[in-house]
Amino acid sequence: MSLLELTDKLIQWVSEMARTQGYSPEWAGFFTAIAIMLAVGGFVLGFISVVAMLLIWMERKVSGHMQSRIGPNRVGPFGLFQSIADAVKLLLKEDIAPKMVDKPVWWLAPIIIVVPAVLSFLCFPFHKGWIPLDLNLGLLFIMAIGSVSVIAIFMAGYGSNNKYSLIGGMRTVAQIISYEVPAILAIVPVVMLAGSLSFGQIIEAQSFRWNLFSLWGIVSFIIYVISGTAEINRTPFDIPEAESELVAGYHTEYSGMKFALFFVAEYTNMVIVSMIASAVFLGGYYLPFGLGASPVWMLLKVFAMIFLLMWFRWTFPRLRVDQMMIFGWKVLLPISFANIAWVGIWMALKL
Amino acid sequence: MPGFGEAGYYSYIGIFILFGLLMGFGAYITSWILRPKPTQSDLKLEPYECGEQTQGPTWIQFNARYYVWALIFVIFDVETLFVLPWALVYKTFPDIGLAFTEMAIFLLILVVGLLYAWKKDVLKWT
Repeated sequence: MSLLELTDKLIQWVSEMARTQGYSPEWAGFFTAIAIMLAVGGFVLGFISVVAMLLIWMERKVSGHMQSRIGPNRVGPFGLFQSIADAVKLLLKEDIAPKMVDKPVWWLAPIIIVVPAVLSFLCFPFHKGWIPLDLNLGLLFIMAIGSVSVIAIFMAGYGSNNKYSLIGGMRTVAQIISYEVPAILAIVPVVMLAGSLSFGQIIEAQSFRWNLFSLWGIVSFIIYVISGTAEINRTPFDIPEAESELVAGYHTEYSGMKFALFFVAEYTNMVIVSMIASAVFLGGYYLPFGLGASPVWMLLKVFAMIFLLMWFRWTFPRLRVDQMMIFGWKVLLPISFANIAWVGIWMALKL
Repeated sequence: MPGFGEAGYYSYIGIFILFGLLMGFGAYITSWILRPKPTQSDLKLEPYECGEQTQGPTWIQFNARYYVWALIFVIFDVETLFVLPWALVYKTFPDIGLAFTEMAIFLLILVVGLLYAWKKDVLKWT
């Protein structure tokens, strides 16, 4: 039985129960709505936790093999339960709040970074019609929600009252705001061709031909992947938490569950960036040339993108801060402008 | 939520915010119940700076360089908000030549601004 059928059964059961208990149709509808919300929310929270743990295991395995090591291999088959052991360990750690921190700001930052990460799953297109909420401005919504994490990271950096954290926080803000502009501009040509911002319609527009199969598509995809990597602070753009310079950047002073929340948010943001890239450029749940559609393809594409991000991390050296800023403003931004102009001319001539 | 119209459609966003808060606070509460709570010594609560004693306050005035980047960012981020609605209707716009020319003029002004900042050496990290 698929998950969709299961939720359908649950919803039917709830409305049936409400009716037999003698509630009016309005109240039955209300209870049904609550059941739907709980089912969707529970599914999304479960998905986030499982995927975050799986990704932590995957990152350690990938990095291990790229460095001719084996990686985690003791806990469970292929070390699969290593992440669970780590989660339990983090849960049982004592909580250290350094005496100089700005308590409310420092304390709230991990929660504020998790909320947008969960919220972004509102528009995760698993399959045709399997979107928790297919907002008509889904892409803009996800981009906007994603930038809230800047505030959380700056809160963490500033509230820690630690020089490493502060420098890490400042660098993150400078980096994320610089790369947000090319990331959005890279998506503009797709919006122009699909005539919509909703994920459902953007993916439907690619049911035969992916956006990647064109010159502008390749340029946009490369710009988006680079800026996406920068936005989630992964190597080669990891100067905000550069271990060799800043200990751990903005989360130096966090321990236990607070640190775990930062970690979960980081891996969830990785999933979100990969999701946007695969939904917008790689046809979402569609195979190219009408060969079929399935949620499996969507997840496979997301994991392939994540593997690409991990590959970046273990093969590229870190960029210097000036190189990084100059690359964003002087290379990516003009190219994305030119790309929009090119698609605009092409559409005007064709239509 | 079905049956609540437009507001019901967007109420999912509020509910997902609640789920996010649930995840954060749930993690806090679970770890608060499970974790050991030993008495902390003063030395342990020092800011972590690789074993060195902290010198001076952390909350000082920061480099003005960041401020310039933020200013450019605001201009270009607002610009993306203007570009997106244009991109949305571009395909179906009655006079596509007019739509293209208008956006070309708008982008040209911004590009001139970018070139000005470039020439003024604002886009330089030194």
